[in-house]
Amino acid sequence: MLDKRTTEERVLGELQDGMTIGIGGWGSRRKPMSLVRAIARSTLKDLTIVSYGGPDVGLLCKLGKVRKVIYGFVSLDSIPLEPHFRVARQEASVEVMELDEGMFQWGLYAAALRLPFLPTRAGLGSDVLKYNPGLKLVSSPYEDGEQLVAMPALNLDVALIHMNRGDAAGNGQFLGPDPFFDDLFCMAAKRRFMSVERLVPTEDLLNEGSVHTLKISRMHVDGVIEAPQGAHFTECPPDYSRDEAFQRAYAATAQDAEAWEAFKRRFIDEPGDHAAYVAAVDAFRKETADKGKA
Amino acid sequence: MSATLDEVCAVAIAECFRGDGEILCSPIGTLPAIGARLAKLTFEPGLLMTDGVGPLVANVSALGDKDAAKVIEGWLPYRSVFDVVWHGRRHVMMGATQIDRFGNQNIACIGDFEKPKAQLLGMRGAPGNTICHPTSYWVPKHSRRVFVEQVDVVSGVGYDRARALGERASRFHEIRRVISNLGVFDFQTPDNRMRLVSAHPGVELSEIVENTGFELVLPQGDVPRSRQPSEAELELLRTRIDPKGFGKKELGL
Repeated sequence: MLDKRTTEERVLGELQDGMTIGIGGWGSRRKPMSLVRAIARSTLKDLTIVSYGGPDVGLLCKLGKVRKVIYGFVSLDSIPLEPHFRVARQEASVEVMELDEGMFQWGLYAAALRLPFLPTRAGLGSDVLKYNPGLKLVSSPYEDGEQLVAMPALNLDVALIHMNRGDAAGNGQFLGPDPFFDDLFCMAAKRRFMSVERLVPTEDLLNEGSVHTLKISRMHVDGVIEAPQGAHFTECPPDYSRDEAFQRAYAATAQDAEAWEAFKRRFIDEPGDHAAYVAAVDAFRKETADKGKA
Repeated sequence: MSATLDEVCAVAIAECFRGDGEILCSPIGTLPAIGARLAKLTFEPGLLMTDGVGPLVANVSALGDKDAAKVIEGWLPYRSVFDVVWHGRRHVMMGATQIDRFGNQNIACIGDFEKPKAQLLGMRGAPGNTICHPTSYWVPKHSRRVFVEQVDVVSGVGYDRARALGERASRFHEIRRVISNLGVFDFQTPDNRMRLVSAHPGVELSEIVENTGFELVLPQGDVPRSRQPSEAELELLRTRIDPKGFGKKELGL
């Protein structure tokens, strides 16, 4: 069996300034945060981030890594607006391509199928077309002649995803209620990296979920990283739910420069790798619990 | 029993789904969730609803009851939601930060799109929803800030814009109703301008007019009153659907 095990740092070595990077998950759910933090610590810049956005987008915007964001929304779910992204928008510090959520999927799907575009009714009549003047209409070549939006392929240089289980060859498994669009992100990209909660031998992949949960095929994955709690603080059910206390602390840093500097130092700069981050989070949890008791 | 405003609103919201049958009913927000549950427990038992994540849940549980037993009847991950949206067997009730007389809705941002005064939710699913299947809106605080002459950004498509697309492209477009804390509104006018259907009990017509930033089409003669909940509906709302009073909290009651 092929062995594609790698590390966040080695993935970073494959990334370059100006790349278009797709990030899987949805809002504040199953985001490949250990990989996002590796980018956050790096010197990378001018990235285009393609995402059903959550803290991945907010964090990378706040750290000045991003030139452009392509999204349908950027949300922390239990906190409806991603506060760092909100600031970036209001300061106009990033370019945006704001799409309807379904159009976004269609763009990924077109890229996955190596098509230049896919037609859709979504977007017609709305300001999505006004604020994305590059979007074109297309007429049905059949008798109906209907005019539709030609949603262009969202071709990615790199896709980053996080799954519950995987094997060393890059087969990936989701055990939560929703696969999101991670398979499409991988198929839309030239290079694909997947972190997983736990690496298991291939023959153990069906121990926790049926064959239908094997959503990611190794033919679409170039590197796999074992990262327990790799999606923290976003949720990764059934392994863990969202760390709401930590998310609140993160969100609060958008309004408070000092709190942001402390957060950045403690959870991005100082932990040189994912294991150190997990230790820092454990310490944070203990402090919060102690405060609760006092 | 006399009904409180949240209960009148819940009934008005439920009425939006009357006749929908076996469609995916997607209420977004607190009172829409209450009203849709009421519709399902009374005159629209065929409605399909999710638990807000992947599963379709056949039974109706009380709002905010995280431990309620779920009867799961299907699986609808996000990618399948978009399939249903485009297929059309869905009716969504969304919020609107701004809405105009033709039902154009804005949830994207306030001010200039390039450098917004306030970034809001973004386009989310509004463009696809409104061009593909029936859409209604819920506005918990009816004011001139929400009911505006012109929305800053069009997320959800209104009737004037749908008409401009031509009959073929707009054939699935329907903005059914707007429910606010003051009344019920629809677009059943010759040019699809927003019309006052009924004022909630205790609400004066002048209050509605003063809080609306454009000219509403008003009924001839006396203003109809929104329907009062029946005893059976009140019982359901208070004991089965919203025993903790989340609807009252949303309206600040």
